Amino acid sequence: MSIAPVAPPADSQLPAIRRDIAPLLLVPLLMLAMLPLVGNLATWLTLSVAGLAMGMMIFIMASGLTLVFGLMNVINFGHGAFIAAGAFSATLVLLPLRGWLEMDSLTLNLGVLALAIVVAMLVTGLLGWAFERLLIQPVYGQHLKQILVTMGGMIVAEQLIHVVWGAETIAVPLPTALRGAFLLGDAAIDKYRLVAVAIGMVVFVAMYLILNRTKIGLLVRAGVEHGEMVEALGYRIRRLFVMVFAAGASLAGLGGVMWGLYKETLTAAMGGEIMVMLFIVIIIGGLGSVGGCFIGALLIALVANYAGFLAPNVALVSSIVLMVSVLLWRPAGLYATGRG
Amino acid sequence: MLRQLLSGDLPRSRILTALLVAILLGLALAPFLTSGARPLNTAATICVYIVLVASYDLLLGYTGIVSFAHTMFYGIGAYGVGLALARVDEPTWGVAMTGLGLALLLALALALVVGLFALRVQAIFYAMITLAVASSFAVLASQLSDFTGGEDGVTFSVPQVLSPSFVLLDGEVFGRQLDGRLLTYYVVFCGCLLLFLFLLRLVNSPFGRVLQAIRENPFRAEALGYRTMLYRIWANVLAALTASLAGALMALWLRYVGPKTSLGFEVMTDILLIVVIGGMGTMYGAVVGATLFILAQNYLRDWMAHGAAALDGVPVLAAVLHPDRWMLWLGVLFILSIYWFPVGIVGKLRLQAWLAQRSPR
Amino acid sequence: MLAPDPAARQPLLRLAGVHTHIGAYHILHGVDLQVARGELAVLLGRNGAGKTTTLRTIMGLWRASSGSIHFDGHDITRLATPAIARAGIAYVPENMAVFSDLTVRENLVLAARNGPPDTARVDWICSFFPALRTFWHRPAGNLSGGQKQMVAIARAMVEPRTLLLVDEPTKGLAPAIVHSLMAAFRELKAQGTTILLVEQNVQVVRALGDTASVMDDGHVVHAGPMAVLAGDAALQQRLLGLSLDPHL
Repeated sequence: MSIAPVAPPADSQLPAIRRDIAPLLLVPLLMLAMLPLVGNLATWLTLSVAGLAMGMMIFIMASGLTLVFGLMNVINFGHGAFIAAGAFSATLVLLPLRGWLEMDSLTLNLGVLALAIVVAMLVTGLLGWAFERLLIQPVYGQHLKQILVTMGGMIVAEQLIHVVWGAETIAVPLPTALRGAFLLGDAAIDKYRLVAVAIGMVVFVAMYLILNRTKIGLLVRAGVEHGEMVEALGYRIRRLFVMVFAAGASLAGLGGVMWGLYKETLTAAMGGEIMVMLFIVIIIGGLGSVGGCFIGALLIALVANYAGFLAPNVALVSSIVLMVSVLLWRPAGLYATGRG
Repeated sequence: MLRQLLSGDLPRSRILTALLVAILLGLALAPFLTSGARPLNTAATICVYIVLVASYDLLLGYTGIVSFAHTMFYGIGAYGVGLALARVDEPTWGVAMTGLGLALLLALALALVVGLFALRVQAIFYAMITLAVASSFAVLASQLSDFTGGEDGVTFSVPQVLSPSFVLLDGEVFGRQLDGRLLTYYVVFCGCLLLFLFLLRLVNSPFGRVLQAIRENPFRAEALGYRTMLYRIWANVLAALTASLAGALMALWLRYVGPKTSLGFEVMTDILLIVVIGGMGTMYGAVVGATLFILAQNYLRDWMAHGAAALDGVPVLAAVLHPDRWMLWLGVLFILSIYWFPVGIVGKLRLQAWLAQRSPR
Repeated sequence: MLAPDPAARQPLLRLAGVHTHIGAYHILHGVDLQVARGELAVLLGRNGAGKTTTLRTIMGLWRASSGSIHFDGHDITRLATPAIARAGIAYVPENMAVFSDLTVRENLVLAARNGPPDTARVDWICSFFPALRTFWHRPAGNLSGGQKQMVAIARAMVEPRTLLLVDEPTKGLAPAIVHSLMAAFRELKAQGTTILLVEQNVQVVRALGDTASVMDDGHVVHAGPMAVLAGDAALQQRLLGLSLDPHL
């Protein structure tokens, strides 16, 4: 891919590249706007970090959902199953290695956490592959059946989690080295939340690089627009679908692990509970847009946190209000990909 | 005359007819065929769910709209009656009717708002938006506990005539006391029967046919001159109002309303399961499906418990047959239905009858 | 141009009795079509005659309900689209299907299956379509209609292909761009590429076509050397309702 462009002739008129920066400003603007409302810098910092951390986790969970819809035009109402499955699979590592987690060693803790994440992502990747082959493939193009089948899939997956792990909730305490908070002046910043933000950024950057710098990413981006033409260029898009679906499931699994540790308890229904929020996020972001999903997730989490502090009664409906506001501004979401 | 009553929508299958007659008689005579509170409760639940699912079939099966807000309207009807009766000292019919009226108005308003806003967008959007709205509503209902009784819900008294202490006639008929409970049951039964027949009339009318045309090919319907938005909104509103009425009847029967029973996502899941397994776009699918489902929900679990106990010791099988896991089997059945009985039980029966009719050449 | 002698060798592409149904609609009613190796065959016909459907059926985007399609000796009737593309057929659809979010460069990279596009080849393409070089790193969605058409054709040229299926490339384009397209097609043909071109532009048809097949109502009603059709005004009027003579 090393084809150097020839410099354009000096007098040619190139149309300006229309960069859509308005959505990119939303998150910083919101955070700045809230500062005077919250009043206290320390509180604002705590709230903002909490919101960002939460937003990152939601982004990780929702990214697979929006990518799958954009590429395959498949809506997966069972996405929550991957979240729960990921969290529960992580216990296969977290519980036996509990001892290491209780030791106050950052390297050990992170090591165990990393292992748990790898296991969770493998399990959910496989689960996603199975889901796609068994449930989704027969109903391509039929949204109604997709909604029903994937919901059914989630019910079955939830029940199977009960069967395998037992019906009770499982407690997963945070690793010792990740407990507690840093003190920045008056503000308390949870260590775990920083980890969450860090992981979220890594995931986002990795996704960005893969989508924009690799041939696979090229295929995905092209496939989102015009799957038929990608096939006409000689690529078996079905294989791409399966890979992306499994990858999306893996990401949901990662999100599930982080989410579970955040709450420090796992329940089989934890995936289903958060589905509504994920849908709101991908609607806000624009169905099929990873960047939009990122911004949407941060917005939702930040708004929920600020609202929870400023006006607890409206906190619940804040997500809906945000969704409606965005849709009034841009009916297809922040970044429309032509699919929604 | 039967044709008139059923609005021309005959079962078209001997087996189905037999099933429907059995269900009708069973429900009509339930108090006298059974004894104790539990079977009667099951029967009342079946009646209400038939209407609830049938009204959802109007949306899903006949108009092709997937909505997750249906339970919300069901809950509104229930809470309307329930809260009204709970707030007064003297529970009278007037109070109940007022509560119901207010609930219906709220349901109408919400159905219109959601419909106008969201029905113009793609189906996926609409499904997700209704999900978001319904969840928010449920959370709201739990949070405003002063008004709604929060998580625990509200119990209340019903009008004198319907209360258990009321006695119509002394003595028993077939082992049943002729008390307020019996009357309540028949109020529920007749109410549900009327609502069902109303829905049947609706889907077999020109209005219903246009809905089906819109479901099949909205562009064509629009091109033919039908304002599809208008019809969709009407369908949404009618389905919502019927669901609210069903909720009101349920509230009268249970003398209790709560977020779990009236607004929870479990109810929505149940509705979806029933409508798919029973048969979308058939109305009778709701009857057969709801009956099977509620019966299973109440009695199958006992059998599963027996099975689990018998298999005690076998690790996985015992866990899989545990009565709490009955949703697992339902989920599997649901998925299988979507693939192999896309037309549901009723559709399958009708198809078989139709094929049998044509086979002798 | 001399039409290649069809009896001398097997046709590169042969459709026999191809029917295509789309949903309830029966679009192709038994299409018989032959394209010889190395020629530029033009497919003509009124709107709705089934020309685009024919191309899409060849490409596997729509399934032929009966009949057979042979390409280079292989039966490709039941193959999936990616396999057909890999057999050496490139498709330039009527709506161009340029990937708007991808840059011009990325569009070509995607089309080049065997690794990065050869620099010399790209230079050669850009000699016909200089605008591509100008917009090399721009999202293809920012381009004008004519420029997008260039990208679409360039995609089909970025690697040597055996057969090009091109659907109405000159529709709505300025004469200068049409000129560039024609030059590109001539070059491709000189390199041995076979082209099946659906076109309504009279000038292009007359200048480039070796053979002409006319479709009506889902089947081919006339097939033969371009010279025959071009020389018979009455035939043109009957089949197409218009004249191929640019001076009339």
